Amino acid sequence: MVPESYYLALSATLFSIGVVGVIIRRNPLVIFMSIELMLNAANLAFVAFGHRLGSNDGQALVFFVMAVAAAEVAVGLAIIVAIFRLRRRLSVDDLSLMRW
Amino acid sequence: MPQLAFALIALITVGSALGLILKRNAIHGALFLVVNLGSVAALYLTLGAEFLAAAQVIVYAGAIMVLFVFAIMVLIPGKEETGPDPRRPWRLLALPAGGLLLVLVLAVVLGTRGPTPVGSPAPGGVEAIGRLLFGDYLFPFELTSVLLLAAMVGVLLLARRRAS
Repeated sequence: MVPESYYLALSATLFSIGVVGVIIRRNPLVIFMSIELMLNAANLAFVAFGHRLGSNDGQALVFFVMAVAAAEVAVGLAIIVAIFRLRRRLSVDDLSLMRW
Repeated sequence: MPQLAFALIALITVGSALGLILKRNAIHGALFLVVNLGSVAALYLTLGAEFLAAAQVIVYAGAIMVLFVFAIMVLIPGKEETGPDPRRPWRLLALPAGGLLLVLVLAVVLGTRGPTPVGSPAPGGVEAIGRLLFGDYLFPFELTSVLLLAAMVGVLLLARRRAS
């Protein structure tokens, strides 16, 4: 039997990799995929905790996270396509209009 | 034997996650992410969450990744990140920051005992999840459909070409 703390450690590792990916990459699509990576890490932690507590609530929460992620990806990709239409380039460094 | 399987899947998961953020080409990153999502589905299986493993493959590795690959193909990126990066030293600060985050979270996860484990696992299976979703979580479940509808309308509005 693998202890749940191993799953939590793996989840923390995946989340950190996702954070680093969001910061070091310049392509908004890759940044988006790194965010998906972080969502997955959180989902894995949910399922591991649900397993430890002997409850199915964690799995229900993961179901909702998946639905929200699907909606988020659709809207986010539409925004990226709209930006690309406007500027013909795709780099987060160009998007500094709203920067303080 | 379960330990060996876990180690193998964990290795694939972390390796594909690193491939996602290190590969320059976005389409390679997308394929690495598919591998990553599939191996997380395998981890769900080892935790006894069969329904979520199937949903993960269908929703994430299927629907969402098709959207991503489609967007990458349409936008033809990959040229943006080949040029010199004027902010490279600042970006590389992410590595120690990410390492620090990892150490902190691992210290919390492995250093505390957490909730006391329950001896018997929950009566799993699709039936239990379905009863939960349509019982205790009925209101959030219905809200999800509203959210998806709102996202759909929003995407249609964003993707519309301006009639000029």
